[in-house]
Amino acid sequence: MSGPVELLGAVASGLLVVVAIGISWWAGLHLERELITAALRAAAQLAILGLVLVAILTPGQPLALSWLWVAVMIVFAGWTVQRRVPDVRRIWLLSMAAFSASAVVTLGILFGARVFPVDSSTVVPLAGLMIGNSMTATVLVARRTTAEFHDKRLEIEARLALGQPSSQAAAPYLREALRTALIPQVETTKAVGIVFLPGMMVGLLLAGVTPLDAVQAQLVIMYLVLGSVAVTTSVIALGLRRILFTPAHQLRLPGKE
Amino acid sequence: MSSPADPGSDEAVFAFRDVEVRFGEAVILTGIELEVAARGITVVVGPSGSGKSTLTRLTNRLLDPTRGTVSFHGTDLRALDVLDLRRRVGMVFQRPTVFAGSVRDNLAATGVEDEDTYKEALDAVGLPSTVLGQVAATLSGGEAQRVCLARTLLMRPEALVADEPTSSLDHESTLALEGLARGLADGGVPILWVTHDRAQVERVADARVVLEDGRVVDR
Repeated sequence: MSGPVELLGAVASGLLVVVAIGISWWAGLHLERELITAALRAAAQLAILGLVLVAILTPGQPLALSWLWVAVMIVFAGWTVQRRVPDVRRIWLLSMAAFSASAVVTLGILFGARVFPVDSSTVVPLAGLMIGNSMTATVLVARRTTAEFHDKRLEIEARLALGQPSSQAAAPYLREALRTALIPQVETTKAVGIVFLPGMMVGLLLAGVTPLDAVQAQLVIMYLVLGSVAVTTSVIALGLRRILFTPAHQLRLPGKE
Repeated sequence: MSSPADPGSDEAVFAFRDVEVRFGEAVILTGIELEVAARGITVVVGPSGSGKSTLTRLTNRLLDPTRGTVSFHGTDLRALDVLDLRRRVGMVFQRPTVFAGSVRDNLAATGVEDEDTYKEALDAVGLPSTVLGQVAATLSGGEAQRVCLARTLLMRPEALVADEPTSSLDHESTLALEGLARGLADGGVPILWVTHDRAQVERVADARVVLEDGRVVDR
């Protein structure tokens, strides 16, 4: 293997997983099985990704293959969100719409402004970063919105009873859920470079890219993630409003009625 | 006490016809045939879990029946614009439900933006206009419920539906709110008032309906 990490080195890094398992056993956390599953699953998924990327990035392959892979990622992401927010039916569909909207906006700007060229080596990695980093915020905004609607049900219905349309009655609570979902990403963006070095930048430095080039690329990626988190969470919040209210402006919460 | 209006009469503000409400397998209301008189206070009384709150939620379409129809002045609710209906049918809930912000913010949630009208509404419920700037969350239970009533009255509703509005209030505030309701009813606003308190029925009811296990068992 040629690259920053030899195969043997990758295997040796597995010792760190052994350390984590040892700590779990020593502290009685009962997470040993979870840790083994997570580590093996990550290795298997990355191995598959590697094979797919080799196939997609081979010179001469059509760009459509890259976009097809992006579509597969979006479907998988939608399925993952549905698993994490099982109470809300059809959230998988909404999540797919959110990730697609985010792809159009963020990749549209990056490719439209020619920040990166549109080719196989950029489409899949950028889409992957965008979707992967938006996933946590997507799950958070979905859970927060349903929790907020449950907690503030009486207030929302009091607003509806005053003749407010569902969009107006839900607005203060959606705003709160969106803030909760966006703040961690804003804090991460603020702390970058001081508190932590992002994984991608570390990867670039290990691959021998000059620090200034790595910083420049990382900045673009941070903005990409910030933009995509904002777009996906907004689409989810607005979509949930449509799911959680009937056309007659009636609140219908999962697990109620 | 007078009887509720005769079935089919124009005198009914709300009419329930063969109404059933189910949540999954649970039957909350069934076979409801009920007319609410277009004047005075009609009290629905019954124990907890008898379906009283569900009945009130049908009157402004916060909930639709699984079967049957509910009408307002003879028109099926589903034929009316729901947002307009909710402004015509004011609702006061069991717990005082004030929104974040000041009393003024709460009154502004109705869409009415006139300071003098706010003062009139507060005066009608026996609150001084000085509470306008007060943070609503700092009001006592009785004051908060009065603000909720003032908020509802700002829309000049044609009918009022009150779902156990005094259940979290002390005796003095309860009597004050009952007095306000009587004034409104005498002023021409028909009221559907829900309670589990038999003594309150005697104090406020012009007509009475008894609900048990989701059925009307007595009038």
